[in-house]
Amino acid sequence: MSPAQVEIQLIAAITAAACALPGVFLILRRMAMMSDAISHTVLLGIVVGFFITKDLTSPYLVLGAALTGVLTVSLVELVHRTRLVREDAAVGLVFPALFSIAVLLISRYAGDVHLDTDAVLLGELAFAPFNRFAPFGSDIGPIALYLMGGILLINLFFISLFYKELKLATFDAGLAASLGFAPWLIHYGLMALVSITAVGAFDTVGSVLVVALMVAPPMSAYLLTDRLSRMIALSVAIGVVNAILGYWLAHLLDASIAGSMASMAGITFGVIYLLAPERGLVALARRRARQRWEFAMTMLAIHLFNHEGLPEASQENREEHLSQEVRWAPDFAARVVSRTVEQGWVQRQEGSLNLTELGRQRAKQAIAG
Amino acid sequence: MDILKVLHDLVFDYTLRTVALGAGTLGIASGALGSFAMLRRQSLLGDAMSHAALPGIVLAFLLTRAKTPLVLMAGAILAGWLATLFMMSLLRTTRLKQDSVLGFILSVFFGFGLMLLTFVQRLPDARQAGLDRFLFGQAATLLERDVITMAALGGVALLAVLAFWKEFKLLSFDPEFGASLGFSMNVLDVILTTLLVIAIVIGLQAVGVVLMSAMVVAPAAAARQWSDRLGVMVVLASAFGMLAGVSGAVLSSTVPHLSTGPTIVLVISAIVLFSFTFATSRGLLWAGLRRLRQRQWLQMEGVLRDLYLLARQHDDSQHPHSQAVLQAMNPGRAGIAHTLNVLAQRGLVRREENGEWSLSTEGARQAQERIENETQDTTMEGTS
Amino acid sequence: MPDNPYAIEATDLTVAYQEKPVLWDVDLRVPPATLMAIVGPNGAGKTTLIKAILGLIRPAAGQVLIYNKPYAEQRRLVGYVPQRGSVDWDFPTNVLDVVMMGRYRSLGWLRRPGSRERALALEALEKVGMAPFADRQISQLSGGQQQRVFLARALVQDAQIYFMDEPFQGVDATTERAIVALLHALRQAGKTVVVVHHDLQTVPEYFDWVTLLNVRRIASGPVAEVFTEQNLRLAYGGRIAFLSRSPHADAEEPPTPDLPMPSPTRREEPYGYPESAA
Repeated sequence: MSPAQVEIQLIAAITAAACALPGVFLILRRMAMMSDAISHTVLLGIVVGFFITKDLTSPYLVLGAALTGVLTVSLVELVHRTRLVREDAAVGLVFPALFSIAVLLISRYAGDVHLDTDAVLLGELAFAPFNRFAPFGSDIGPIALYLMGGILLINLFFISLFYKELKLATFDAGLAASLGFAPWLIHYGLMALVSITAVGAFDTVGSVLVVALMVAPPMSAYLLTDRLSRMIALSVAIGVVNAILGYWLAHLLDASIAGSMASMAGITFGVIYLLAPERGLVALARRRARQRWEFAMTMLAIHLFNHEGLPEASQENREEHLSQEVRWAPDFAARVVSRTVEQGWVQRQEGSLNLTELGRQRAKQAIAG
Repeated sequence: MDILKVLHDLVFDYTLRTVALGAGTLGIASGALGSFAMLRRQSLLGDAMSHAALPGIVLAFLLTRAKTPLVLMAGAILAGWLATLFMMSLLRTTRLKQDSVLGFILSVFFGFGLMLLTFVQRLPDARQAGLDRFLFGQAATLLERDVITMAALGGVALLAVLAFWKEFKLLSFDPEFGASLGFSMNVLDVILTTLLVIAIVIGLQAVGVVLMSAMVVAPAAAARQWSDRLGVMVVLASAFGMLAGVSGAVLSSTVPHLSTGPTIVLVISAIVLFSFTFATSRGLLWAGLRRLRQRQWLQMEGVLRDLYLLARQHDDSQHPHSQAVLQAMNPGRAGIAHTLNVLAQRGLVRREENGEWSLSTEGARQAQERIENETQDTTMEGTS
Repeated sequence: MPDNPYAIEATDLTVAYQEKPVLWDVDLRVPPATLMAIVGPNGAGKTTLIKAILGLIRPAAGQVLIYNKPYAEQRRLVGYVPQRGSVDWDFPTNVLDVVMMGRYRSLGWLRRPGSRERALALEALEKVGMAPFADRQISQLSGGQQQRVFLARALVQDAQIYFMDEPFQGVDATTERAIVALLHALRQAGKTVVVVHHDLQTVPEYFDWVTLLNVRRIASGPVAEVFTEQNLRLAYGGRIAFLSRSPHADAEEPPTPDLPMPSPTRREEPYGYPESAA
């Protein structure tokens, strides 16, 4: 591996980790689409900031971007509060408009600077190592590495400092407010983090793929665990692994690194969705198959119990009845019956079925819920 | 900008005519289908689907090595569909919420498409040039055959909306009741979603994947403010979409450095802003005025009632009282003098020679009526 | 009894969401021209039961017969009034349009409603006292008015059997009286009506049959026989709430205290003998 390759992977991994941190809370707070909106509108902040500072590397651009992110969130809330449209429509109205303004400003007034729409939307990680950070004349690595590293630290700092508050505001905003925490402050703080992260990453991965890095790893982690702390750790780990694998995929295909990272995030999610130990599709299918038998057996017990001792019982407890009225396929009915007999819930007597004491208990338990 | 020149160019200039026709078509189709999407709370579905179309376009090219609009659009529609299926499966089998799933679809599918696109661009095959215009849209590169395809697809979509009008209305308003009538809501859902994908794909080449979502949401959001009828709303949304498309195309052709996609989006955003503010009945301006008038009315009612209650203590419903007494009954309330003057103009109160105020016969009657209504009607609902 | 079939006959109906049972093995037989209430505590599966009968939810087991034939063949005989809160009342449409939706089945696919449908819809609106509101935008209706619009929509279906999901929920006194009058008129015309109901107090007054449900069927039959304290205790697990009706006509949910509260007016009677609905 050349030094540039190492640097690119390092930047990719740090970017992925920085994105995954606020992403966890976006997923849990049902605001994932807000990351899409913010990652587009920060462009406006960057453009306006650039017009003011005339410097693309100015730290004020990050500040401007954070402000635009917060502005986006408040605009969406403003539009939503008119009650003229729903919240999702409000998001869909606000961000394309702000983004369009930014694009037009760029194409009209900044045509000759390094600030074009393609780069913003798509990013190009491969160029990141060319931009060196050289304070006092000594080259200590690419700027992007320090920028994303700084943003990762900010995210880490904010989330560990306000962990308790974030947790409370995410799971019970009402309680948080009554305890004197200001959920709206946490909310806007989080949105500012998303904005800063988006603006840092726009250069390297582009605004659309920031969304992939923020959304996909936490979604994968959410299928693996119920604990918030574990979900955060898993999201970061998954994000970092995706970043490295994505880099090599891009290397293999000679394709966009950011695109490959997003694809990798998708693949990872797909695999976890299929195989997650409890919530995966395979586990789900297994559990359903098992439950189907248990369910059918319990149902048979309840059916017999419901009609026990009633005049129609002699009709209802015959095996043929199960396929006719309960609508079970004959061989399925037969297997359910023999399983209940095996378990000692039911006794066969001349073609009719009678509950044992055990079976009666099971039925009562099931009914009691 | 010379209006006549613009009109002349719209008809005779090949590029402008093609672009305007294309943008207009996309506006009509996305306005109509977007209306249903908005009413079904699927505004952001358009955003996800337009992004999801990208890998479909590139894969269609990779497989056929053809850049015919119909082939690429077929690929896009297929990808949009796969995305929807995946989304429904995720929502059904996991605890993930709609917003997460939408965000995932839009970013991961787009990333996959981008990977494929950059892969294709490095192949030694010159035919791939121009595929990337689906990213941001380049209305200026629209050709007549593109517009013909767009118009054909859009026409089919609109005809389908017309044909299934009452079924789509049922699906959007009360799907459960619709199912109880025996209409298959699943089939209708499939048809309507397919039509939405078609409407989105039509616009991709002109405005690109990022801004296409605005064309799904905005015309419908603007149109909803003007009408309470579904039919009128859909027609208006189409009209707004077309207006934005055509004027965006014209603006960007006459003003230098004004790309078509963002211009169209800004025009439709302006239409939304205008509709939110000025639309009759729902617009913010009228609603504000109504609230103001209502407040005035409440204050007038309050003063009338106070005068009446005061006067009743004197066994004379028209017994005069000073403004100071009224003010004392409503500490902190401003504008009582103004309210009294308004009431006097309407002949409900009279100013006595000593400066005190009394109810007129009509004022006393109205005040009495109100107070009686209030005490009697506590549980019954008004029918107004 | 082939010559005197039940209007509704459900056998062994079992419904599960995600393999978690919500209805266990429910049998139901409702004779024609009956007003039947389905009552039971929250989460008892009342709404699920009528949705399963209507085929809106696929049951895990069991079958439904309408006048002795499978439900799918008899769909045209059935009308449905969903819960008022199940739709978006800000939808851009007016009262007449909503009511005409009740004619969509007889119109079939693709055909548009015309003047005949309009006339039928107006007639139905007349019956629920909503004719003056035909052109009103639906978002301007009160809760009770919304409910009456839904009833009118079911009426234009011209069905034999009606299923109504909590029609009395949060309506004003006028609407409640209108619904009761309508129920009686429907029974007079030989129709069967199944109503998911919350207010135990009014069961004997409004209905002649009742089904007590709590995940499984506790009891089903004529009110006089089935609506007993013992059955109610079985259904509600001792948490019977016999209280006077909420005076707040617009309250969204009548308050249901957790303790048994004998009604002062009905203390001595067997629970709910139908005095007024004789």
